[in-house]
Amino acid sequence: MAAELFPNGISRYAVGGFLVGLGVVVIYIGTGIPAGASTFLESTLSYFSGQSRFQQYVSSRNWRVVFTLGIILGALAFAATVQSGLISTSLYEPGSTGTLYEFAGITLWTTSVQPWRLFVGGIFVGIGTRIGKGCTSGHGVCGVGSASKTSLAGVGTFLLVAIITAQIVAALGVSP
Amino acid sequence: MSDRHPLFIPLILVGGLIFGFGLGFSHMARPEVVLNFLQFDDLGLPFVMFGAAIVSGIAFWALPRIRDSAPLTGSRYERRLKPFDKNVLIGGAVFGVGWGLSGICPGAAYASLGVGNVTILWALAGMFIGAYIQGYARS
Repeated sequence: MAAELFPNGISRYAVGGFLVGLGVVVIYIGTGIPAGASTFLESTLSYFSGQSRFQQYVSSRNWRVVFTLGIILGALAFAATVQSGLISTSLYEPGSTGTLYEFAGITLWTTSVQPWRLFVGGIFVGIGTRIGKGCTSGHGVCGVGSASKTSLAGVGTFLLVAIITAQIVAALGVSP
Repeated sequence: MSDRHPLFIPLILVGGLIFGFGLGFSHMARPEVVLNFLQFDDLGLPFVMFGAAIVSGIAFWALPRIRDSAPLTGSRYERRLKPFDKNVLIGGAVFGVGWGLSGICPGAAYASLGVGNVTILWALAGMFIGAYIQGYARS
């Protein structure tokens, strides 16, 4: 039963989730800011667009760029260590999704999900997270962690709609 | 901005590094793994999102009881609750359609780039276009 529901175990998810939470905690301890990831989209647009909607984020846009660069580099550090086999741990289940490839001595990874799904889905994500005031980190991690009723409503909504959407897309035979 | 504490930006970077490493380790940077959750083929994802929420929730609960304000900003440790209105549900539903179609959300998309997934630039381009459309429409 557990092997069916969790074919890759739970340790990589639990450890990864702990680290995601720890990243949020480190920033919150020092700054009092509960950091989410999707505001970066609008705050970065304020560099290029004078629209008033984006200009409200001018004061936070430079640290949000740094936060995003940190996320990219942290994931690269994961690729260079655990994904490359430099660090091996029984807590990590490598799985079999996508394609691994070597570059500059590092084992990198790329998706098999079709580009049109990523692009069209990305447009909906960009619109929805900004209208809905948060994404999986702002609502899902920080908001739920604050026991915010607003965030719990947001998370319940996007989880339910995402499950329905993914099931319909899969039923239509779109894969991967 | 210029009167920021010198450790403010370095701390944001360190927090981002840990956050991004965690997204890589948990495979949330892989759209396939998120789609496998949404299709009920691998139910690991809630351990990431709610595990992270529990860890951050402990800090959100404990810090205001330990000290008043954050050392690098002087900001008070307080719950910053976003007001609820119908946009939370409308936006959440639109985000859900996008997440269910693509298997990727903003933070995981940045991390996906870090693990070498150049193809995720399609999703990032889409996210910026989407964010621009709603910002243009609401400005």
